[in-house]
Amino acid sequence: MTILQLSWKYLKVKPLSTGLNILLLALGLSIITVLILIQDQFENKMNKDAAGVDLVIGAKGSPLQLVLSSVYHIDFPTGNIDMAEAEAVSKNRLIKNTIPMGLGDNYEGHRIVGTNHDYLSLYDVDFSSGKPWEKPFEVILGSKVASQTGFSVGDSFVGSHGIESASHEHDEHPYKVVGILQPKDNVVDQLILTSIESVWYAHDEDVAHEKHEQDVAKTGFPQTEVDREVTSLLVQYRNPIAAVQLPRFINSRSALQAASPSFEISRLFELLGIGISLIQGLALIIIGISGLGIFIALYNSLKERKYDLAVMRSIGASKGQLFLLILLEGLLLTSVGAVFGLMIGHLFVFFLVFTNEQGALSNLRADIFVMQEWWVLGYALMVGILASLIPAWNAYKTDIAKQLTK
Amino acid sequence: MIEARSIEFKYDNIPAFLIPDIKVKGGDELLILGNSGTGKTTLLNILGGLLKPLKGEVWIDGNALYDLSGRALDKFRGKNIGIVFQKPHILQALTVSENIALPQFFLGKNEPSLVDVYLKELGIFHKKNDHVDTLSEGEAQRVSLARALANQPKVILADEPTASLDDENAKTVINLLKQQAQKLNAALIIVTHDQRIKEVIANRITLKGEII
Repeated sequence: MTILQLSWKYLKVKPLSTGLNILLLALGLSIITVLILIQDQFENKMNKDAAGVDLVIGAKGSPLQLVLSSVYHIDFPTGNIDMAEAEAVSKNRLIKNTIPMGLGDNYEGHRIVGTNHDYLSLYDVDFSSGKPWEKPFEVILGSKVASQTGFSVGDSFVGSHGIESASHEHDEHPYKVVGILQPKDNVVDQLILTSIESVWYAHDEDVAHEKHEQDVAKTGFPQTEVDREVTSLLVQYRNPIAAVQLPRFINSRSALQAASPSFEISRLFELLGIGISLIQGLALIIIGISGLGIFIALYNSLKERKYDLAVMRSIGASKGQLFLLILLEGLLLTSVGAVFGLMIGHLFVFFLVFTNEQGALSNLRADIFVMQEWWVLGYALMVGILASLIPAWNAYKTDIAKQLTK
Repeated sequence: MIEARSIEFKYDNIPAFLIPDIKVKGGDELLILGNSGTGKTTLLNILGGLLKPLKGEVWIDGNALYDLSGRALDKFRGKNIGIVFQKPHILQALTVSENIALPQFFLGKNEPSLVDVYLKELGIFHKKNDHVDTLSEGEAQRVSLARALANQPKVILADEPTASLDDENAKTVINLLKQQAQKLNAALIIVTHDQRIKEVIANRITLKGEII
């Protein structure tokens, strides 16, 4: 037997009080865990998805909405812009490269994104099978889309209009899967990628059949004889001066809108930050209450156990051993609470992801451990030490003779 | 052997009692009688290293008890002195055998075979892994006796060990105490006002509560 086992036996004698204290602490810690997991992964994912995109140009509207729809594919697009105008802007000397995007269709909620092969190199995709599209209506699937639809290379499907599922179908032009991507843990996983031409032709009333056989544009803007629209442009700056001049130039001089992902996202986090701090405060209060609960439980049980402690001293226990006994009870309670808290937190994130398959949280993972979770354990142990210090000190001071003669 | 010489002790607000010198050799027995409030338990606490006297010295096997302090005194007590209380005071959180093994644990020893020996000698082996609340009064006192013996002490001190027991159990416990003290060649000191024990132990002193 060790002191630790002795502490554990004393905790086991009072399963209800022990259990409740563990539960309360675990709840407080699980909230912190969820926040840590979501914040860390969300920020990571947001930054990862926006890497390489300095600016998004699209129709006027909410800049945040433009960024969310064109980079993260979670909000509705602000509208379409004239391709000729977009092409003119993209010739600006401050712009190194632009990737045009045509949004607006989906297959069972998975967004169909018309773009060119530059988009593939922007996210550095790898194919698990097949190859990039060459012809109109050829598509490649992100890993999640592939696993959820069960499609493989050679299958075909019909897209629907709009970015949400269950709207009007473009039944005359089925898409054909020519490639499937490897999982990358970024936004591409949940997209269906194709050429802008595919998106155009899907909406055209009737298209000359030979166009379907022509190769699509692999880079830059597609060729067209009629006026065409795109949804947005992803822009890479040529130099840092562009960050200062380009957004202002576009926003003031044209019918277009420019939004910087990094700026918009930090603004978003600022807005969310208030809510996060609030929840954090709540979690800290719960942890504080559970610490108080543990203190009261130890303190009360000590009153009942004074005689036990005196008996232990009389049969050879030292003051230090009794101090350790009580301290370990507090630490045991809180470390079990911490383990449960982390488990509940991860489980909660798991269910959150499970029930939000296509939402903003769908790319979170519950099976990831981040460094800050060690802090949760640290908090818990600190609460344990704080809550048990006074009771342990009382145990240390037990006056044997006085206690035994009572 | 245990010897107490010129002990003086005083509680606040109460006049000091006269505490006689005591000397008990290994294998010998001493009964300390006296009514309540005559300082019996105080004397026992002093003899057991639980309460430091104002003056005087307690010797156990040539060691001056109160020259030791802190951890050393705790260890010495655990190793050399077995104490039996009026109430068994067995720890509820532990099983019977864990309770008996506890003094060994605090000394850093582990001799389960010795625990079994005392469980058998005191007739409670069948309760070995039971929880404490399943024991009868007499069984509980035997467990506390076994716990006092677990480190094979040189001195056994008993404070009213029979007060809460019926005649039969009282007789059994006293006989077990005597028998085990003999086996260990330990000095046995019993503090009591229980008339039933008087006949069993010849050597006795009586505290009268005289004020110095």
